[in-house]
Amino acid sequence: MKFKVNGHEVFASTGGRPFDKKKPLIIFVHGSGLTHMTWVLQTRYFAFHGYNSLAVDLPGHGLSSGKSLKSIEEMADWVNNVIDAVGHKEASLVGHSQGCLVTVECTSRYPDKIKTLSLMGGAGAIPMNPELLSLAENNDPKAVDLMMDWAHGPAGHFGGHPVPGLYHINTGTMLAKSRTIQNTLGVDFRACDNYKNGFEAAKKIKCPTLSILATDDKMCPVKEGKKLASLIDGSQVDIIDNCGHMMLLEEADRVLTVLKKFITTNYPPLSS
Amino acid sequence: MSDKKKELKPNTYKFDTLSLHAGYQPHKNAGSRQVPIYQTTSYLFDDVDHAAALFNLERGGHIYSRISNPTVGVLEERVASLEGGTAALATSSGMSAIFLTVMTLCEAGDHLVVSSQLYGGTVNLFRLTLPKFGIKCTFVKPRDTEGFKKAIQKNTKGIFGELVGNPGNEIMNMPEIAKIAHDAGIPLMVDATYQTPYLCKPFEHGADIVIHSLTKWMAGHGSSMAGILVEGGKFDWMQNDKFPTMTKPYEGYHGLSFAEEFGPTAFTMKARAEGMRDFGPCLSPQNAWNVLQGIETLSVRMKKHCSNAEEMVKYLSNHESVAWVSHPSAPNHPDAELANKLLPNGKGSMIAFGIKGGKDAGVAFINNVKLASHLANVGDTRTLVIHPASGTHSQMDEATLKFAGLSHDMIRLSVGIEDIDDIKNDFEIGFRAARKPRLVSNQ
Repeated sequence: MKFKVNGHEVFASTGGRPFDKKKPLIIFVHGSGLTHMTWVLQTRYFAFHGYNSLAVDLPGHGLSSGKSLKSIEEMADWVNNVIDAVGHKEASLVGHSQGCLVTVECTSRYPDKIKTLSLMGGAGAIPMNPELLSLAENNDPKAVDLMMDWAHGPAGHFGGHPVPGLYHINTGTMLAKSRTIQNTLGVDFRACDNYKNGFEAAKKIKCPTLSILATDDKMCPVKEGKKLASLIDGSQVDIIDNCGHMMLLEEADRVLTVLKKFITTNYPPLSS
Repeated sequence: MSDKKKELKPNTYKFDTLSLHAGYQPHKNAGSRQVPIYQTTSYLFDDVDHAAALFNLERGGHIYSRISNPTVGVLEERVASLEGGTAALATSSGMSAIFLTVMTLCEAGDHLVVSSQLYGGTVNLFRLTLPKFGIKCTFVKPRDTEGFKKAIQKNTKGIFGELVGNPGNEIMNMPEIAKIAHDAGIPLMVDATYQTPYLCKPFEHGADIVIHSLTKWMAGHGSSMAGILVEGGKFDWMQNDKFPTMTKPYEGYHGLSFAEEFGPTAFTMKARAEGMRDFGPCLSPQNAWNVLQGIETLSVRMKKHCSNAEEMVKYLSNHESVAWVSHPSAPNHPDAELANKLLPNGKGSMIAFGIKGGKDAGVAFINNVKLASHLANVGDTRTLVIHPASGTHSQMDEATLKFAGLSHDMIRLSVGIEDIDDIKNDFEIGFRAARKPRLVSNQ
């Protein structure tokens, strides 16, 4: 579906079901340089099971217009504006990687609106490798290739996509190259690098929170994810073996199973 | 210890490694080092909720082997990885892959621009069968790049061609024709069977969909039929209103928009969800496994195919019984420069040559070679020969033969990986026999 936030058109996948204001809202926030399509193996399930599932394209990404937002704080406010724009008073947030920084910040800023928070491959800070940051800001496609290499665990490098016939790394590469790299990945990486408030924001979070981490995650290692989770009261942690940072594709079923249990328990669907 | 800063390099696996490993994780398959053959029609659901999730494309997995199968899935991922594609869908043959591609792209009333130099079966599909589905085609000679542009109509939904035409070895200017297609907002579909991804990755030159008959060089062993379509993932189906079945809600999946939901894999997802469901040209797991065995040695075989082919080009070019030779490695080939650009790892192993003495000499040659096999296939590890005008393209009339660049003296040679001297010795037997009728007739 398309709607406007701050005067710019936003695209969000509804998981193949029509948007229905009566249903509780889950917003999925993608990682650096990526799009709503990274969530396809999570969003459709919730859309078919009593939720409004909104996988957004951040401004300037995927099918959304406007320019990429330059700070995690701006993105957090933008997510809050999305909740308002679609006519809801509250939402459950799900973030991946950079999306974790955004949803942590958003939850700390708008505690009354955010009912649950699910973090995948999250950390309190994501300092960027200077060379990778420079490549992305200089529009070098090598930045995408490096990101796809580091983002997939050893098992994920062989493929084994849960959807028959799809190949992880090339699909991720196409998503990250679908818009101008310096305007998406470059801006996002800089925003991640600049963001310093993650641990303080985490201390303010009171809603039920889940962290899904992966043993082979090089970009947000388990110890960083645990450190963030330890600052959030009552945070649940689930660790996936043999999996890298792209857990939502590499181990899509496992992620969905854990996420489904957490969200349906803490933020029940509209019963049919 | 050096303080020189190490340059960052992606360590994703390279071609030869992907040929052996892509698409398969042993630890998820009982530790089996070899890809298991999942010889089953169907797959248990955990519960009703799980079944519904699979049918609604909410989660990945297998339902019924007409739609997908784990062994076939490994093959699909492997070929997608080798081509640099986002997704692939394997079918029972190369022809079914072409048909499925067209039926996923087009509706009745649509039009395609098609290269005239194609495998004879493909010509018949586009010329005779697709019009029965309301899909019309305009044929353009592969070297007539501007002709592709001129042939595009309002209802044209794509351009299709073989990168190196069968059997005349004329090469499409893929980068320029891709630009023509993209300027018109339509995709370029390329049958790259002759090349395999070892010789050319069409996505790097602008193609949007790549099709293979896996029966040929990809498998190599000549034991199994298989085809595949591979998606490049760059084509924007939402850029115009030409592809409503990709962009509008699809009734068959609760109003799903394939382009919105699946983006760079939308075409493959639609081809599987709709095409495999409705037409069902599924690949057997046994044949998928057989093809996988061939792909493991693809680069090793292709090097030998190409070196043998280049030797045969030299041999034939200097032979008294040969009127002409066509192969992209020949310096006098009209597309030699383009071939060097598009096929840097080798020019393939398909040679067309004209035998002096015309059709009668051709028949005598083919009837007398002993090592080369006379059959309707290409891309076997064994050397193959055929006389197209009386074989693969025999259903064409004279005018169509001429338009397709075929002549009655043409022999199509698929060079195998036998010892090159044995192939040449065999050809000498064929040429001697071919000269006999002419000697008789001259007396």
